[in-house]
Amino acid sequence: MKPAPFDYYDPDSVEEVLDLLQQYGDDAKILAGGQSLGPLLNMRLSTPQIIVDLNRVADLEYYKSDGTGLRVGAMTRQSTLEDDTNLRTTQPILAASIPYIGHRSIRNRGTVGGSVAHADPAAEWPAIMLALDGTILIRNTTGTRTVDASDFYISALTTDLKPDEILVEIQLPNWVKTSGWSFIEFSRRHGDFAILGVATYLTIENRRCTKSRIAIIGGGPIPIRTSKAESMLIGETISDELLKDVSEQASKELDTDSDMHASADYRRYLASVLVSSALQEAAARAGESGGQ
Amino acid sequence: MVQDTTNNSRLIKLTVNGVLYERKIEPRVTLVDFIRGELGITGTHVGCEHGVCGACTVIFDGQPIRSCIMLAVQADSHSVQTVESMSSGEQLHPIQQAFWENFGLQCGFCTPGFLLTVQDLLSRNPDPTDTEIREELSGNICRCTGYQSIIAAVKQAAIYMRQE
Repeated sequence: MKPAPFDYYDPDSVEEVLDLLQQYGDDAKILAGGQSLGPLLNMRLSTPQIIVDLNRVADLEYYKSDGTGLRVGAMTRQSTLEDDTNLRTTQPILAASIPYIGHRSIRNRGTVGGSVAHADPAAEWPAIMLALDGTILIRNTTGTRTVDASDFYISALTTDLKPDEILVEIQLPNWVKTSGWSFIEFSRRHGDFAILGVATYLTIENRRCTKSRIAIIGGGPIPIRTSKAESMLIGETISDELLKDVSEQASKELDTDSDMHASADYRRYLASVLVSSALQEAAARAGESGGQ
Repeated sequence: MVQDTTNNSRLIKLTVNGVLYERKIEPRVTLVDFIRGELGITGTHVGCEHGVCGACTVIFDGQPIRSCIMLAVQADSHSVQTVESMSSGEQLHPIQQAFWENFGLQCGFCTPGFLLTVQDLLSRNPDPTDTEIREELSGNICRCTGYQSIIAAVKQAAIYMRQE
């Protein structure tokens, strides 16, 4: 038996979950897919007094497209989205990035909401949310609120979520047909956490870039966008020279330390290489889809 | 028997390999410890105990998952299949046969996880390429074979399964 003792609740409605959180506050830890919390419990890096398990809250397991975009319930499993072939055209960056999340047996259990809320800077979902201007729907006993992904990540493994709140849904805007995208990760083996990864999203009109997003995976203590590098693209025509300057700027915006997997210098170097490739690929895709 | 040291056990009912079990268990007991320690079904192996090695893979409601990072209480009123479900004991499952013929194992510790992962892979993709096999099996660690013989076994297994 690995985890330290805890009291366990597995309510079947969001209302009951919120009541428990209001009662126990910081003493309670929410269990979603458990693919990050499970190891933390086993190693006793996390020893919560109370666990509130969301796995019986059927109301949180859904996804749907409406006029505004894609809405995904917090307890939707990664493999559910992975198996939806429609997403390859309606949200191509999502379809391309989900297979990078762990392995199939992890994706069968792991949830979208868990990944977004856990805020691991090396995870795929936070970067997707940042690259696609996603929003996060949050609930407590008094009501709901939405937060932009760019305001959600505050410090290492810390988000804007309060102890009495849960993430109930993530929202991605409708895919702009003439946009281009790229998702690249570098890791030693498939399924490992990336040493560095990049998600880019561009719209191009009249040969000039009108919107740019560059989100970095593994680039520091929190999931980040390299906003100075992004702004260098606006109003410009994509050229090799410009991409060289932008990717160098992006690598400077990393807030990274050396660890057992890679040195900080290597990560910065990798960022400049991957950002350049990712922007090139995104620009080419924007061209193919009619953005000129 | 997994001892209750915290006095907050709860009663759970679940089906393992088609048999319904009812047990009182502490919430902190992992599914794999429950299956092995409480039910005495020891085909599922416990390796890294933090969701990395794939040895503890079981089928939960039809999908492979890692039973070392799931709690037994979460399996209440669900269904689990372990490696024991693959064969009656008389005749090997075609995937087991292919592993045996192709030296897809040496010590056998990782094998239960590999077999169930391959069973799921071939159900979704009956004719996988080498690259697809490597990708799908990258979450299962084997320290004996060097993986070449496992790849060969999966390709053989795919042929057997398609013939069935």
